[in-house]
Amino acid sequence: MANKPDFFDEMNGSGTSCRPPYASYADWFERQGAQTLKKKSKDAEVFFRRTGITFNVYGQQEADERLIPFDIVPRIISAREWSRLTRGIEQRVRAINAFLHDMYHRQEILRSGRIPVDVIAANAAFLPQMIGVEPPGGIYTHIVGIDIVRTGEDDFFVLEDNARTPSGVSYMLENRETMLRMFPELFSRVAVREVSDYPKLLRRSLAASAPRGCAGSPVVAVLTPGIHNSAYFEHAFLADEMGVELVEGQDLQLVDGRIAMRTTRGYTPIDVLYRRVDDEYLDPMSFNPDSQLGVPGLMDVYRAGGITIANAPGTGIADDKAIYSYMPDIIQFYTGESPILKNVPTWRCAEPDALAYVLEHLDELVVKEVHGSGGYGMLVGPAASKREIAAFADKLKARPANYIAQPTLALSTVPVLTKAGLAPRHVDLRPFVLVSPGKIEITPGGLTRMAMKAGSLVVNSSQGGGTKDTWVLEE
Amino acid sequence: MRVKVRHSTEYHYGQAVSRGLQKIRLTPKHSGGQEVLSWRTEIEGGRKEVAYTDQHNNLVELLSIEPGSRTVTILCEGEVDTSDTAGVIGQHGGFAPLWYFQRATPQTRPGPRVRQLVRDLGKDFDDDPSRLHALSALILKTVGYETGTTDFSTTAEQAIETGRGVCQDHAHIMIAAARLMGYPARYVSGYLVMDDRVDQDAGHAWAEVHVEGLGWVGFDVSNGVSPDPRYVRVATGLDYGEAAPISGIVYGGRNESMVVQLQVQQ
Repeated sequence: MANKPDFFDEMNGSGTSCRPPYASYADWFERQGAQTLKKKSKDAEVFFRRTGITFNVYGQQEADERLIPFDIVPRIISAREWSRLTRGIEQRVRAINAFLHDMYHRQEILRSGRIPVDVIAANAAFLPQMIGVEPPGGIYTHIVGIDIVRTGEDDFFVLEDNARTPSGVSYMLENRETMLRMFPELFSRVAVREVSDYPKLLRRSLAASAPRGCAGSPVVAVLTPGIHNSAYFEHAFLADEMGVELVEGQDLQLVDGRIAMRTTRGYTPIDVLYRRVDDEYLDPMSFNPDSQLGVPGLMDVYRAGGITIANAPGTGIADDKAIYSYMPDIIQFYTGESPILKNVPTWRCAEPDALAYVLEHLDELVVKEVHGSGGYGMLVGPAASKREIAAFADKLKARPANYIAQPTLALSTVPVLTKAGLAPRHVDLRPFVLVSPGKIEITPGGLTRMAMKAGSLVVNSSQGGGTKDTWVLEE
Repeated sequence: MRVKVRHSTEYHYGQAVSRGLQKIRLTPKHSGGQEVLSWRTEIEGGRKEVAYTDQHNNLVELLSIEPGSRTVTILCEGEVDTSDTAGVIGQHGGFAPLWYFQRATPQTRPGPRVRQLVRDLGKDFDDDPSRLHALSALILKTVGYETGTTDFSTTAEQAIETGRGVCQDHAHIMIAAARLMGYPARYVSGYLVMDDRVDQDAGHAWAEVHVEGLGWVGFDVSNGVSPDPRYVRVATGLDYGEAAPISGIVYGGRNESMVVQLQVQQ
């Protein structure tokens, strides 16, 4: 199978022998009949779909369209690998929070000259309404998703920081649930760390970030843009799993200086709002006046200290792709430490030398929009046609500051089950991080996304990618 | 100078209001050579919900209108001691960085007309203040003071095109041009003691420009002067929107009309 030595395969390494984390699983796998596995794989898909439908989110047809493909071969990470990843992630998340506080206060890092003022001044993700605001407990990013890729035995890179409203955690939970249901015997064979307490930890973490002066048990609610949002299933799922209300803007209103939700017992003030609505739509009095998704006065109550918004508004300035290239400096500046996890080398096209280099090497680079996400508007040089490259070069020349470029990384592969048996597919990893005052918790595992097509490097679900369960082994 | 202000804004609605919020920035600043001796803001037909200090160090109060109201009155009054600082407010303070005041906003975005104005001004000046005073004078010459031709949503470009405007338009043009010339600039809403009358129709507005060395300096384009002790600074912002004395959202309550009573005196 390992006939592609140019990519690191997490199951087989660069050679033909199985890497230790996969040994026990591989042993089990070999003893399964091909027919049994095929059947289980089908059952898993059905089970996976049913969850979405049970939540009354999708009908059968919609589920077919909107639920992303699932593969039954787990991605396995050893305890030692995980320990290094968590130290790196924790360091990064600490730095991100310190950076955000600095951005909205003294801006020491700009004064020090480590980041050019223009990178922030010209950035729409910088939210003036957050200047001088002290978020409850000093936390800006309550929930972070750090996208990590691997290129070799010891080579991990952070591809992206998701500090706004990272999604995908419901897939992490559902993938595990599906695996437990399909292969209970596997989990008695292999000691895999649990992820199922994520909703409980999320709720506790959010509650711990309630505004000062919040009496009793903090009231938490999930704010969703509504049923038409592509992540609505996740919003409903998380609210349900946490045992808190799922609300829309129209359910909320300003009552006695607080943001309160309409319930059968009248209005209940909310202490912590886990919002899955973008900054721009949060409050028509402070941001987009046409927004119907938010709550008039929410920002005013927030600024007066009457509610926690998770994540805080304005955190986008930390996960912007132009800022990403400064992450090593940011980590050094705020933690005084060298970054544990590497950044992917990044050319900022705003800089003339970098632009010239990128234009020369478009056929080998990945070029991304600074504010883009989900794999939209990007160029994957090696996979693009001459015409696509020429068209992209024009866009790049017209608005260089709108783009960054990175080398095409040789993303690691993990086998997926295909009709012809196991076949390698490229993957990435999004671990989920919870931040509360004095505490950073990282769920062991995360969301492994994989490209569905052989050789493809694009793992985004919006571009046809799938997911698989992610196992972190016990010590 | 001790300035006394009494300012009431009455909203009448042809239909009862079902729900509404008003954001007010009506408390003078304790800085830049003025001292607030006493001040109160009140609402009839509603209540105060929250208050906080925004990124411009403005005291912002959020008021809710009592459902069912047909009349809402927002009143503020008090006394402020002002001093003569020759229009110089002083060094920049607070967390909002100076580069923020170079951001264009929809009402202050320079277009061809603001650019032409800056070209017409030329570059041959001894220092920043004389250059900015010349700019102020040029704006007044280009856009004469006249009420009723523009409204609160008029942009700097539109006001130049119209050729007439009020203090808000003058301030927006001054800000747009100053930023184009590389200066941080901001909008000020406040009160002005008039020599010939106590009763006024509306509050006043002018611009402040940040000059290296001096700090913030005020320019009242409409009156062709830098602010003196007759001026009371209330709220500042990148443009009218960020410094607006009253802004809000009202549901129901159609056919809104407004009556302003303002007395400013020594």
